Amino acid sequence: MVTAKAARRRRRVAVREEYCIGCRLCEVACVTRHSRSRDVVAAHKTESPRPGGGVRFEAAGPVSLAVSCRHCADPLCVEACLTGAMARDPGTGRVVHDPARCVGCWMCVMTCPTGVPRPDPAAHRLAFKCDLCGGDDLPACVAACPNAAAVLVEEDEP
Amino acid sequence: MTADLLVIGHSVAACHAAEAARGAGLAGSLVVVGDEPAGNYSRPLISYYLGGRLGRDELSFRSQAFYDRNRIQVLAGRRAVALDPAARTVTLADGERLGYRSLLLATGGEPIVPPIKGWREGLGGVFTFTKLADADALAAWLDARGSDDCVVLGGGLIGLKATEGLLARGVRPRIVELADRVLANTLDREASAILERRLAVAGCEVRKGRTVAEIRAGGDRVSSVVLDNGEVLPARTLIVAIGVKPDLRLVRETPMAVERGILVDSRQRTNLAGVYAAGDCAQGPDFLGLKPAVIAIWPVAARQGRIAGLNAAGASGETAGAIPMNAVQILDVPAVSFGVTNPAPGGGHEILKRDDQAGGKYRKIVLLDGRVVGVVLVGEIDRAGLLGTLIRERADVSDRRDALLRADLGLLDLPADLRRRLVDAPPPAPLKNSSGPARSRSVR
Repeated sequence: MVTAKAARRRRRVAVREEYCIGCRLCEVACVTRHSRSRDVVAAHKTESPRPGGGVRFEAAGPVSLAVSCRHCADPLCVEACLTGAMARDPGTGRVVHDPARCVGCWMCVMTCPTGVPRPDPAAHRLAFKCDLCGGDDLPACVAACPNAAAVLVEEDEP
Repeated sequence: MTADLLVIGHSVAACHAAEAARGAGLAGSLVVVGDEPAGNYSRPLISYYLGGRLGRDELSFRSQAFYDRNRIQVLAGRRAVALDPAARTVTLADGERLGYRSLLLATGGEPIVPPIKGWREGLGGVFTFTKLADADALAAWLDARGSDDCVVLGGGLIGLKATEGLLARGVRPRIVELADRVLANTLDREASAILERRLAVAGCEVRKGRTVAEIRAGGDRVSSVVLDNGEVLPARTLIVAIGVKPDLRLVRETPMAVERGILVDSRQRTNLAGVYAAGDCAQGPDFLGLKPAVIAIWPVAARQGRIAGLNAAGASGETAGAIPMNAVQILDVPAVSFGVTNPAPGGGHEILKRDDQAGGKYRKIVLLDGRVVGVVLVGEIDRAGLLGTLIRERADVSDRRDALLRADLGLLDLPADLRRRLVDAPPPAPLKNSSGPARSRSVR
């Protein structure tokens, strides 16, 4: 009665706080990668609303950390989403958010264990969340990190 | 027909059960019986539908591809009327009898309609508001009869979301709420006050500490309601939004163990062999050690459905207990709550508060033995999930009270071991002289 399942690779970005120096280049890269122009200046100074925003940066004294969606294998945000806007792509395993289907119920904000989804109450929808830069080989934040604090983690799912 | 997994009820618990069962390798037939004519739709979205923000085709939370991929056979518009646990069969209203190996009862809730003097079945202009058909009927009524003199009985989640939908249609209802505040089950006085002020700005009056004692009719439809203080409110439309109760009709004549809802264990098993229950009809373990309760919220239904599906497929899955929680936005005010929000005095709880009524922001953290057991956030809800994590992890936060009250609470404010577990980064490479960390970008 049990069928075999194809193994799937789970991809996510993780930041090693031992190496994070708080340069915030990951944020810059995220904004630029998700802009229409793909131009660093235009992305930050002329595009409105500002694109990207998938990285959540924090710093306290010498410790800093940039966290983005972990693309959980068992995502609570997808379980909780009222509309189906938050979904796990059955092919790639990426947790993706469709802003057109989002009504701002904040179930993902409430359930995400790492507090990553960023609410935009005025817009009645979630702000942009990490999409692992679509099908890019290397997410922009990882490529931009000067000292490999941000790494791409690939794991086989059990 | 005998289904390997038969699900009664076609909402969130059903979909998650089906997906989990297939994911765990259930190869046989999987049948979902739903008594509504539509396919899946998200009941909490009917207020957005009433208000015109979402169209009818935007209410479904799982696509046809989901059903195809998980090989789910849906019997829509079919009502289950009898359960025979000895024969392992469920009988539908049209007489068809379905067998099952495993059965999941996900029958959800039904609206509570209290006994009110003057109420009678079929009285025009009186509505409940939990299903798509309710929203359709209410919208048609408002279109035909006009939007004046609308009363919403109940200032809980359903009443307030109905109100929001009504406001979007240009209807300004009066809300009648028995408690001393709106959202009384989940919020507290200060938090509710912010929402009440916002509703007042929108032109919506809230009568607190009152209920409807009598419904008066003019002919075949409602004309006014009389409050328990004798005050008469004109009412061409009355929406009864007192709450929901578990729909137990299918199990009434069976040996099923029920209290308020169907009693389930940590694997969503009932006392009947092969029968599981999940969602708003189920009463299961509580994470915070309170007595088992019906926690009728979407995420709990999803999780319970998933656990039931795993177990029905022969896989393991267990809950550590559910935590009451709610996220909602009323007009432009977001709010999130978790756990014990109004602890009874004398229980040893410590309450931390930051109250900015003028700014429309409120933050309350309830601690017990240095651990978070309750949260109320209004206005600023960003990173609310971190507080949920602290509850689930039972993390000792007695040395970080100030951080808990900051709106920019972050991972760096969490205990370091918990933070590292959440981030789950690969270990740092050993430092070699001064060459810095390994630049490997792909870690297995």
